[in-house]
Amino acid sequence: MSWILATPIIIPFATAVLAFLFRHGPEGRWLSVLGSAGLLVSSIILMLTVLDEGVIAAQMGQWPAPFGITLAADLLSAVMVVITGITGLAIAIYALADVEQRKEQLGYHALYQVLLAGVCGAFLTGDLFNLYVWFEVMLISSFGLLILGGTRAQLDGGIRYVTLNLISTILFLSGVGLLYGMTGTLNMADLHGAVQEVDNPGLLVVVAVMFMIAFGVKAAVFPLFFWLPASYHTPAISVSAIFAGLLTKVGVYSLIRTFTLIFTTDIAYTHTILLWVAGLTMVTGVLGAAAMNDFRRILSFHIVSQIGYMVLGLALFTPLALVGAVFYLVHHIIVKANLFLVAGVARRIAGSTELGQIGGLYKTAPLLALLFLIPAFSLAGFPPLSGFWAKFLLIKAALEEGGYIIAGVALAVGLLTIFSMTKIWGYAFWKPHPAGLEPRLSRLSARDRAALLTPIAALAVLTCIIGLFPEPFVQFATRAAEQLLDPQTYVQTVLAAAPEAGQ
Amino acid sequence: MMNSIILNAATRLLVSLLLVFSVYMLLRGHNLPGGGFIGGLIGSTGFILYAIAMGPKACRKALHFEPQNIAMIGLGISLAAGVFPVVMGESFFTGQWIFIGDRASGDYIPVSSVLVFDIGVYLVVFGAILTLVLALEDEV
Repeated sequence: MSWILATPIIIPFATAVLAFLFRHGPEGRWLSVLGSAGLLVSSIILMLTVLDEGVIAAQMGQWPAPFGITLAADLLSAVMVVITGITGLAIAIYALADVEQRKEQLGYHALYQVLLAGVCGAFLTGDLFNLYVWFEVMLISSFGLLILGGTRAQLDGGIRYVTLNLISTILFLSGVGLLYGMTGTLNMADLHGAVQEVDNPGLLVVVAVMFMIAFGVKAAVFPLFFWLPASYHTPAISVSAIFAGLLTKVGVYSLIRTFTLIFTTDIAYTHTILLWVAGLTMVTGVLGAAAMNDFRRILSFHIVSQIGYMVLGLALFTPLALVGAVFYLVHHIIVKANLFLVAGVARRIAGSTELGQIGGLYKTAPLLALLFLIPAFSLAGFPPLSGFWAKFLLIKAALEEGGYIIAGVALAVGLLTIFSMTKIWGYAFWKPHPAGLEPRLSRLSARDRAALLTPIAALAVLTCIIGLFPEPFVQFATRAAEQLLDPQTYVQTVLAAAPEAGQ
Repeated sequence: MMNSIILNAATRLLVSLLLVFSVYMLLRGHNLPGGGFIGGLIGSTGFILYAIAMGPKACRKALHFEPQNIAMIGLGISLAAGVFPVVMGESFFTGQWIFIGDRASGDYIPVSSVLVFDIGVYLVVFGAILTLVLALEDEV
């Protein structure tokens, strides 16, 4: 069993090694595509196993829980790994035409694969300290990706990114230390029981808030989101896309995991904070987006605002709200990564991502306009696309709880999202190009066109499928939410995952 | 790079000593203080000294391989050591042991996948530190 859980981490690492050694030739980028495809396959196998058997867990090195490092997957972990596989493969294909040779020779593909390994590791680990290690793996590789190329803007964004994230990891580590001091364990399943017996519940809440801040920085919630719009618009498009899709979501995932499994002792206090955070994040993010004038900057602020919706699902802490949060996570990763990919194509054919300097895409590149419209409308929550169902579930959950104000805020933010999307639409697609340029897709070579547009189209189709046939996805999210709200199976499976000798 | 005859003469002696000592630290690390990480650090100090005395170019030449590649190959070795137990039908990173020699009389050498993992760590640390230091030396 243990290989099923470990392959989504091992494959990207092995690919990273090979891709780095072959970084001077074209083999490197194909190895990256191949490795990402392998990751997708292994994640699907993991998903099928979890669907079949429920929660699965394995002990590394046969050290029994709670002493060894546990890898565990419930439905939420499994779906996050699958989504990592999907976006990982899509962006690896996109990178074939997007990343310059100079960056490849500096090790772009190796860093990219290490990032994927870190993300998968964070989703699969069942140990808080191990989670910290995966956060570091992600931080190192993402910093490398961010500054690859070394322009002034990139270094500026990179320094802000790494500074704020280091503060977050220090808080995380201090929280881990305090928690270990109080309970004597860091295995998440073991902590679930151990925190009930802590004789100083006040201190536990303090630690909970430390974790909230640490993960909040990673997830870019109000008021800790400044690093995100400052850095996400600077690197290569494929880097922006993978960051936008996955990195903040690891923070959200960690919030959901710890605040359903461990810190549920004082829900009235912690989850009220989360509710305020969610509302403020939604509003500030979308206001920021409305004020921006750059394709990628608008999208970056949208990430912040959308994170608010996911945190809202966790904050309400009802079954339906968690269903909404899980659904939102999955939908958002696909849509957001896709929007960044579209922005990249727009830059390639129109020359910039600055909205004032581009235009005319609708007239001369209608296919791109269509491919933009699907994720953009989905993000804004138009029926019948995936974002509609995600927002519908969350707002329904809020109304059921009597949270009329937060439901109203969520709806208003949706409206403002449409407003800022129409801004991109109006400036980049409708308005004629200020320099009289006619941006056509045929300006790209056939090979580039295939590499750039295939992933965009595939992700758009996925968005439509989730939107048109939401039933199985909602059912899945319902089961995932049930597991989150009743972690008994998770706890039992992890603690009973006996070391398997000679299977 | 420093032009000092004393440093040059001392370096020749110290580099070989440091490298031997780093391997000693690597090997004793299984049950005593030491191991791949500290061994790699000590090994890299040898080459850093060499780079300071003879210049980064000579140091790269003495290394034969790019330090980045050394680090990555180390990562590959560590991974392989972790995956190997799966081939033997056990979970990842379970130590696998082979005893060369007569085990009953105590006259044997234990070899384990743990040691292979540590050698990988040694190379990762060694390569990563040298990548950083040589990049900084090049700028000057």
